[in-house]
Amino acid sequence: MENEGKKKIWSEYQKDIADDHFFYVRSCIRQSFFPGSEQFFLDFMRKRLGKDVFENPSHTTCTGIGYHSDIVPFSTIMTVIARHFALMKESGYKNIAISCVTSFGIYTEIVETWKHFPEELEKTREYLYKATGRVFDIPENMAHTSDIIYKFRDEIAANAKNLLVNRQTGEPLKVVEHIGCHYSKMFPKYGVGGAEFPRVLSGMVEAWGGEVVDYPERRHCCGFGFRQYLVQANRGYSISNTLKKFNSMQPYKPDLILTNCPGCNMFMDKWQYTIKEMDGTTFGVNGESIPVLTYEELAGLVLGYNPWDLGLQYHMVQSEPLLRKMGIEFDKRDKFATKDGKQMPVPENLINA
Amino acid sequence: MENYHDLLMQDIRFEEGLKACMNCGVCTAICPAAEFYDYDPRKIVDTVQTGDNHEIETLLKSETIWYCGECMSCKTRCPRGNTPALVIMSLRTLSQKLGFFTESEKGRQQFAIKRSVGENIFKYGYCVATYAVSPEMHAEQGPIWKYILENTRDIYERLGGQINELGAGPLRKIPDDARDELRKIFDVTGGTELFNTIEEHSKRKAAEMGLQFNDQGIDNEYFIEVYTANNKTHTTT
Repeated sequence: MENEGKKKIWSEYQKDIADDHFFYVRSCIRQSFFPGSEQFFLDFMRKRLGKDVFENPSHTTCTGIGYHSDIVPFSTIMTVIARHFALMKESGYKNIAISCVTSFGIYTEIVETWKHFPEELEKTREYLYKATGRVFDIPENMAHTSDIIYKFRDEIAANAKNLLVNRQTGEPLKVVEHIGCHYSKMFPKYGVGGAEFPRVLSGMVEAWGGEVVDYPERRHCCGFGFRQYLVQANRGYSISNTLKKFNSMQPYKPDLILTNCPGCNMFMDKWQYTIKEMDGTTFGVNGESIPVLTYEELAGLVLGYNPWDLGLQYHMVQSEPLLRKMGIEFDKRDKFATKDGKQMPVPENLINA
Repeated sequence: MENYHDLLMQDIRFEEGLKACMNCGVCTAICPAAEFYDYDPRKIVDTVQTGDNHEIETLLKSETIWYCGECMSCKTRCPRGNTPALVIMSLRTLSQKLGFFTESEKGRQQFAIKRSVGENIFKYGYCVATYAVSPEMHAEQGPIWKYILENTRDIYERLGGQINELGAGPLRKIPDDARDELRKIFDVTGGTELFNTIEEHSKRKAAEMGLQFNDQGIDNEYFIEVYTANNKTHTTT
């Protein structure tokens, strides 16, 4: 009886994540800055787990960055999303897997809007039909791709080649996890653990042997702020808010930062570089900077993927300190090589290199 | 004079975002923008709630409404279920519709966003794409970004990308018919109209400020002005 009550209390923090047959929608930022992450996700799902993940080449931007910088009207983005749902319907899928936290937030906002304002749903249907002749259904299941990795975290742990453990000391690695505001701050029920107890990343970290760092500014925004980064004159907002997080996490000596949202990843990586350039400050131990990984990159390392096939070398903060701690062997010559093994030039002035 | 509160009520985000504010200030306490700018979302919501037309017009022409970063952290914490950021978004939309956005330095930046992210949507089918992020406009991206742009094809080929080629995959070319559909959606839903409104008022403002304005692209004095201008009066310290 007691257990049933507890289950009921926590039920709103649970998320039902589909098991198979996903319609995959890419992210402008993830595919531009971390294409290796999307490549890992598809490889892992299709080849390792044998799942059906379909991608329709006609899928476009969701226009979310334009919407949240206020140049795209709500009715426009609702219809763009409706077109994605139409492509999904035409392809025969009911479960959507979304690769971007901004997009995910948009999808949740729109689906909830349609529930509360059914006339908006009807208007969107009319707009989409008039513009494209398409019709759509609302997905039965909406998952951010991190939800899906979370769902299969124990399968990853069972096949782990490298745990989140310092091979020399045997201590668990200390991991800062950053969820990204739009994942569950707007509509908590769509996120694993809701807004109060987000588990999507911490669940992965614990399953793979690491220790989650709880620090004062853990839930503070990464500092993107859309127009506050897009326009050069506003970037002080962005870097100042990220700095607040770095200063807050530094005393806990994190070994890595793990991100849910590709935008957050880019900022926490690139602002470390910028702050170091500005006044020499670094936030890791021994003058190093803290590697910032996507959940796909981390899952890939745990499963023993080649770090250079995951694209770790294309962050500003290089990941070698982390690879050494995890005991991962890597080939320096392969780091900046093409798919066919041809050597490319070696970039200069990277951090932690 | 139009009744701005009535116009705001036509935006469902306003209806959804503001029920009744009791001025507790939790939104301001949690707000990343309030940490950086001289900014208090509680005051904005309070002003709008009064329905005072003159005060709302002042707000629509102000710098203040452009300080929010739309992180939406305020939605989680408001004890009354309001979303100050949605109120801000509806104010921004109205400010643009009425042409008031050009009255503030931060509001004028909408032109730069339209000419960059906005144009990318039609040109590429993406809001952001690797080849549209220039190192000159993004020094913070560091030497790795310049390197990526110089070796794009080799790098993305190894990571599964197929830049400017048709078919599934990251950074694929978005087919012409898909981009045509995007444009038609913008035409039907008011997206094109908003783009045109931003252009029209920005052109007028450029003439007023005596700055060169081109009908396309970012290589003009007005773009550079709105993209870089910072009169240093926006923050408290």
